[in-house]
Amino acid sequence: MSWQKSLSSTIGRKIMMSLSGILLILFLAGHVSGNMTLLMGKADAFNMYAHFMSTNPLVQVVANVFKLFFLAHIVYAIILTAQNKKARGGQAYKVTNKDGSQVSKYMGVLGSVIAVFLVVHLAQYWAVMHELRGEISTTTIDGVEMKDLYSVVAVSYANPMIVAAYVISMFVLAFHLWHGFASAFQTLGLNNKRYTPIIAFLGKAYSIIVPVLFGAIPVVMFLNS
Amino acid sequence: MAGKTINIKLKIWRQAGENKPGKFESYEVNDVSVDMSFLEMLDVLNENELKKGSDPIHFDHDCREGICGMCSLYINGKPHGPKHGITTCQLHMRTFSDGETIVVEPWRASAFPVLKDLVVDRTSFDRIMQAGGYVTVSTGGVPDANEIAIPKTVADEAMDAAQCIGCGACVAACKNASAMLFTSAKVSQLALLPQGGAERKRRALAMVEQHDAEGFGACTNTGACEAVCPKEISITHIARLNREFTRASFSGNETDYQN
Repeated sequence: MSWQKSLSSTIGRKIMMSLSGILLILFLAGHVSGNMTLLMGKADAFNMYAHFMSTNPLVQVVANVFKLFFLAHIVYAIILTAQNKKARGGQAYKVTNKDGSQVSKYMGVLGSVIAVFLVVHLAQYWAVMHELRGEISTTTIDGVEMKDLYSVVAVSYANPMIVAAYVISMFVLAFHLWHGFASAFQTLGLNNKRYTPIIAFLGKAYSIIVPVLFGAIPVVMFLNS
Repeated sequence: MAGKTINIKLKIWRQAGENKPGKFESYEVNDVSVDMSFLEMLDVLNENELKKGSDPIHFDHDCREGICGMCSLYINGKPHGPKHGITTCQLHMRTFSDGETIVVEPWRASAFPVLKDLVVDRTSFDRIMQAGGYVTVSTGGVPDANEIAIPKTVADEAMDAAQCIGCGACVAACKNASAMLFTSAKVSQLALLPQGGAERKRRALAMVEQHDAEGFGACTNTGACEAVCPKEISITHIARLNREFTRASFSGNETDYQN
């Protein structure tokens, strides 16, 4: 079977979803640990982190690779959803089946909300950092002039509506991870009596801890503003 | 013998033929013995309909003892009805209460077109089997029993997969109408055993290719299939199919070497 044929089969597409999903899970771990500098009480820590992330050449390469994973995850999700809808057929059941994991049935909806969040999130900070949306003020730390992204974040998190939107988005992310984490391993065929309970536990822990940490940032910064 | 009886109402999907429009029709069956199976209740209903000169309701059935895989029926939102680990023919009317309305629908999936009323065409499963669900054996003398040593636990796991009767409940329950549980059970039962080992790569690729060609969906790991499977086949077999498929896709096959 050719590569093209393997990768365009249902299992091949699911493997692409799974691998890109696992890498995006790793991305979240990196992102949340970096963002914890926002809660260190002073603007300098976060600004130095943001400066490093936007100037280090290795980080730029990794960031561009992660953009591909995001894209792959979204594109394959669209292709698979269309394929699955077609397979289900036009006639819906009168009484629907309630079996199986409930959150797993809404991965597309949850993912779409996350995609919308992503666009807003990028417009709010990434575009400002890259000066695509007006000027950004600068600050000087240890004689190095760098962009003051902390102030941009602090201003936005003084708005309760933005804080609420972020917290809600993190709930959505939590549900997406609740199914996605362990499901990614099942798709890769990594289902084993020894390891599956550990993967399932790690998946649940991860899907709570990471969104809670992310969600805590706007809440804490709002309370301190 | 005057056992307990109940009166029930039914909403049953009626469709004159393939690609014809269908709709639900209401029926009432009175004095149904609770000891009847669901199919026997439908027989009584059809008897009444025939006496009235109406077209009886078409439904699939054969052995009526839970091993042939012919009976289907999506009853009150669940393949094979509300009970766990049984087929429709093993479902008894004592499961339902007096005066209850029961909704009966055919399996719904693009790869299972409705032929008439509650009868669907499941030959797509046969074509997946024809693509690789077999072992090529040398014919000749009968080999001695236990000539090939197979650990009991492995034989048991293969037997669990081999219990699949190909009824299609997994497809009916799946939000994606995926036949991964069926395909994985068929791949699993052979991949686990030495006799099936020789053709495992070709088999996994060919059966998945046919699965896709029939228009079944992809697996989202919802677990709805294993919850409704009358033979309680686990989705760990889907993980094994994924392993078999990945192994076959990403490693060279015998035919991939160039001379």
